[in-house]
Amino acid sequence: MDFTPTEDRRMIGDSLRRYLAEQYPIEHRNAVAYEGAFHDPAKWAELAELGILGALVSEEDGGFGGAGFDITTVFEEMGRAICPEPMLGNLMALRLYAAHSQAERVEAIIAGAEKAAFAFDESDTYGELDEIAVRAEGDTLTGRKTVIYGGNSADYLLVAARSPSGALGLYEVAASDAEVLPYAMIDGAGAAELILDKSKARCLAEDARDAIDAALDAGRLALCAEAVGAMDVLKAMTKDYLMQRQQFGRPIALFQALQHRLVDFSIEIEQARSITIHAAAKLDSDDPKVRALAVSQAKNLIGRAGKLVAEEAVQMHGGIGMTWEYAGSHYAKRLIMIDHQLGDTEDQLRTAMELSDISKPT
Amino acid sequence: MDLNFTAEEEAFRQEVRDFLKDNLSEELATKVRNGRDLNKADLEHWHATLNSNGWLAPGWPVEHGGTTWNSVHMHIFEEEAARANAPRTVPFGLGMLGPVLIKFGTEEQKATILPRILSGEDWWCQGYSEPGAGSDLASLKTRAIRDGDDYIINGQKTWTTLGQFANKIFCLVRTSTEGKRQEGISFILVDLDTPGIEMRPIKLIEGGFEVNEVFFTDVRVPASNMVGEENMGWTIAKYLLGHERTNIAGVGASSEALSQLKALARKVKRKGKSLAEDPIFAAKIAEVEIDLEAMRMTNLRMLSGVADAQGSVSSMLKIKGTVIRQAINDLSRRALGATAAPFPSEDVIGNYAIAPAEAASNAANYFNNRKLSIFGGSNEIQRNIIAKETFGA
Repeated sequence: MDFTPTEDRRMIGDSLRRYLAEQYPIEHRNAVAYEGAFHDPAKWAELAELGILGALVSEEDGGFGGAGFDITTVFEEMGRAICPEPMLGNLMALRLYAAHSQAERVEAIIAGAEKAAFAFDESDTYGELDEIAVRAEGDTLTGRKTVIYGGNSADYLLVAARSPSGALGLYEVAASDAEVLPYAMIDGAGAAELILDKSKARCLAEDARDAIDAALDAGRLALCAEAVGAMDVLKAMTKDYLMQRQQFGRPIALFQALQHRLVDFSIEIEQARSITIHAAAKLDSDDPKVRALAVSQAKNLIGRAGKLVAEEAVQMHGGIGMTWEYAGSHYAKRLIMIDHQLGDTEDQLRTAMELSDISKPT
Repeated sequence: MDLNFTAEEEAFRQEVRDFLKDNLSEELATKVRNGRDLNKADLEHWHATLNSNGWLAPGWPVEHGGTTWNSVHMHIFEEEAARANAPRTVPFGLGMLGPVLIKFGTEEQKATILPRILSGEDWWCQGYSEPGAGSDLASLKTRAIRDGDDYIINGQKTWTTLGQFANKIFCLVRTSTEGKRQEGISFILVDLDTPGIEMRPIKLIEGGFEVNEVFFTDVRVPASNMVGEENMGWTIAKYLLGHERTNIAGVGASSEALSQLKALARKVKRKGKSLAEDPIFAAKIAEVEIDLEAMRMTNLRMLSGVADAQGSVSSMLKIKGTVIRQAINDLSRRALGATAAPFPSEDVIGNYAIAPAEAASNAANYFNNRKLSIFGGSNEIQRNIIAKETFGA
């Protein structure tokens, strides 16, 4: 058993951490995250140059990483900087393109020349793939997709839609061929609605269900790692604040009631880190059920830990934690909203209950 | 990152499994599985079984009868032993006094005492806590006053686990009232048949007897029974706190308790469905399973020596490990509904076996295991330890 990261991953993690610390300080982050394009094309090109996108894809598919631990390495750093760039959308799109042998697209995204996003959610399905209503007819798609992460800046949208056969297919729509409505999310970064009305589409697979499940699990793992990074930073901020803030003539860090609360959420952060490592190891399992169980378990714990850390950090900061100006409040928002992405705490628990051996002994 | 056990470790796991299969009787395993009290003979038998294979004191150096196991081996052993429902070894001689003597004892103390721990000739118990010194152990008052070649001990110890089976006790005693409280404490070994010692059992919340009070009235002990120098007891006590942390999280025991909980939930029904198929109850099991899976990984990270905040990780594991174990006990008790209530001393009521069999001691175990978050440094004390490391104050 060996928990040390490989030299390659350590280097990617270190260089991404350095880059984001220098190039994506919180002031710049907030300027990008809540206004305008919700995305900085110059910075995206630099991230691509650093090899960050290539790290998300395996060597045989044209990248130089692609394992669970490559994803967690990148996204933990994204979380430390709460970077609003559309990494999640492009991660899922890359996995889907790679799964369907779209080498040119993969290459263009890795190089930063093109961007893509994965459109699966619809406003009344709440992520339930079996209930997707957008449907394919001939070379067109019709229907509406909602909250597409990175859809605001994507050149191409990969759309999960009902094939004529009834299976869940995967289609590519150029942003210029449909109506894309971009907007900011409450925790920063951009998303979009996609309105399809007999919009031109290219079919990648009539039945892409397995690849879609795998891409969503990769996305969930990425969110877990992002949360771990954000929690680490928020813990450090809270600790510093407790030591610096004086009330009743001494630093409030000396009050046991506050000490124990910080300890309790620190324990949950370690648990969150551990379960994310576990899920990263299982992401590459040959058995999709093993993968899905580990990922759902991880994201369930992350949901609980993220809420605890976010709410407790705001509480322990007092009024300061409520202000827009204070960086910690944006970390807290991100942690809460991660739970809303790709299935929340209860959704993950339902999956874990289904896949665990609780009701069926193995 | 490679989270697989090595081939050598897997082979070791198989060796442990084979050993347990060949040497652990079904009768004893059933007693452990059903949470029944183990008597002195059960525990002595299991110690002797392990000792015959050289596995009784795996953490000791080989020259004293230990093994070459590393912390991953110990983790594997704990996991397999718990899975097979083997009794846990009694830690006072093996995990506490042994390591203390190996580190601080004289050659003579090591040569005479260590073999008798392994052979079972001596059963040691612990005299640390006092009625007025629990979490604040340094406030202990039991006095040892030098008198020629002896010390004379007066005072009272409490919470002495399995003292009723022991013939020896190691104690922290006050040898000085000068200076800092911690600097006037010594570590001394006492024969329980010395005149002036009285042991009284304390009946616990579930009705069981495992802890005792020990009263010392003018108990005369040879000065050669002191371990280390006079007034160095606190250093020894602190050394022990950091020792044998491998199993502090109790991952193996909790895993076994969880699989028993699942088996129970598949068996008992509510509203026509098994509890395992009931979304309300199954969700609670799934949640504690997730916490345990994370803790298993935290524990392995600690064993591999890479976990951050190394010093306080064992405190984290103690807190989380006990909370998880108690949550499992809580769910098991609740799964049983009314059948958790009968309180017989045997597995039968009249001529009828208690049904289901798991019910017999379930509530008792739940009550007994409330101790987990209190003993060995309460969870609040563990939080203080982590806070001290975090804030440096």
